[in-house]
Amino acid sequence: MIDWWFLLEKTILIAGIIGLSFFIAMYTTYAERKVAAWLQDRRGPNRAGPFGIFQPLADGGKLFFKEEIIPLASNRFLFVLGPALAMITALITSSVIPWAAPFTTKGGTQIPMQVADVNMGILLVFSFVSVGVYGIMIGGWASNNKFSLMAAVRGASQMVSYELPMGMSLIAVLMMTGSLQMSTIVSYQAEHGWNIWYQPLGFLIFFICALAECNRTPFDLPEAENELNFGYHQEYSSMKLGFYLFAEYINMFISSAIMATLFFGGYDIPFVKEELWGLSPFWLTVISFGVFMAKISFFLFVFLWIRWTIPRFRYDQLMNLGWKKLIPLALINMVITAAVILYFKK
Amino acid sequence: MEIIEILFGILAFLAIFSALMVVVSKNPVHSVLWLIVTFFAISGHYILLNAQFLAIVNIIVYAGAIMVLFLFVIMLINLNRETAPQKNRWLKMAGGVAGGCLLLVLVAAFKEVGMAEKQKAVVNVGDIGLIKSLGKELFTKYLVPFEISSVLFLSAMVGAVVIGKKE
Repeated sequence: MIDWWFLLEKTILIAGIIGLSFFIAMYTTYAERKVAAWLQDRRGPNRAGPFGIFQPLADGGKLFFKEEIIPLASNRFLFVLGPALAMITALITSSVIPWAAPFTTKGGTQIPMQVADVNMGILLVFSFVSVGVYGIMIGGWASNNKFSLMAAVRGASQMVSYELPMGMSLIAVLMMTGSLQMSTIVSYQAEHGWNIWYQPLGFLIFFICALAECNRTPFDLPEAENELNFGYHQEYSSMKLGFYLFAEYINMFISSAIMATLFFGGYDIPFVKEELWGLSPFWLTVISFGVFMAKISFFLFVFLWIRWTIPRFRYDQLMNLGWKKLIPLALINMVITAAVILYFKK
Repeated sequence: MEIIEILFGILAFLAIFSALMVVVSKNPVHSVLWLIVTFFAISGHYILLNAQFLAIVNIIVYAGAIMVLFLFVIMLINLNRETAPQKNRWLKMAGGVAGGCLLLVLVAAFKEVGMAEKQKAVVNVGDIGLIKSLGKELFTKYLVPFEISSVLFLSAMVGAVVIGKKE
């Protein structure tokens, strides 16, 4: 009745991906400090281990051992649920991303390096991005603090507004590939060239919206410390605060992975035909995984680079950019793409 | 028991329980959160029927967008027990009677249909619920109703903007 091998295979994959997400998120915090230091002509963390390489462990340990404070007037259950939801929704989107080329065993069976290759692939990601708002809203409301509530409402309205242009810029990509399935999108790009060459405007819109969805600078209004003290996680301490901060880095990692998959060919190795190398399937899987990680690391670096270069938007600027510039642009991009596809098909 | 039956049992229990909790909860924010759980349970039912598109859209539109707006309003007006309007006892009784009547009508209607024996729900087969077949149906057979409903949405949006602009 239950295919135990299948279950085992997927469990190992899920554990691997979650472990990987945590590891990358950990070292993104380190990279953030190092990049910030580099851009500001400082040294950055350099005490724990060589080049400060154990700094994230020290940070994590510190958060674990801090005193945990739950405000008396807060709603206890929802106060704990908030960070948990933020973490779960951040992690769950990783399930549909193809992480490497499928691994072919000696028996000829293919093991996809993807937890679930569902028909609705990218829409599933969207649904959990839109559910991700609740982590912020519930946390902000349950802390029973006016600043937290303000920040939560800001964050939620920002995320809801930027989901629209994000989805619209994606439609142009989906019209080209003709599928929502992530594995089909990747194999289409391996065959016809990367989507970035056909959809540069779509990518730009998608990237800006990804910045806004992750609450990164220049869109970090929910955490604007000079207006809202610390933002929606102001009342949080210890590891619950850690969860919120960590979820942001995992979101960055996952959105980088999605951008790489949709516009930069996923695990496809550029300029070469891998089949001609005559490598064993194991090494092909490993190399394609490495290429995918390199693409993700590049996007992560761009995220950090932007954070330490561009100042924060004002709230009205944020809304104007989203509703009056990005949505019309995305619509125009969509119409042009549709017209070109129709022209070439006839 | 098959695994699908077990899943159906769990989802059905979750859907009914959370729907009851929506009504029973004293705190309106809790009600909204239980309603979100209900939507997730219903999406689970759609997936069991292999209607993946419907399941995902249900989450995106209802759980992801409409419920966020509900939460917005409720959190900002910050209802609590002191400010909640006190309901009239007669009003409560009238509500109970009206709800009971509706239940009676529904039960009577479904009893007459007698679906349970003749047609069993087809679980997890067919691709009618996948986006490809759904899109083909919508843009060929039901093109005119589809376009008309989109005009309806547009007019609703324009109406909202007009109301919002009026100071």
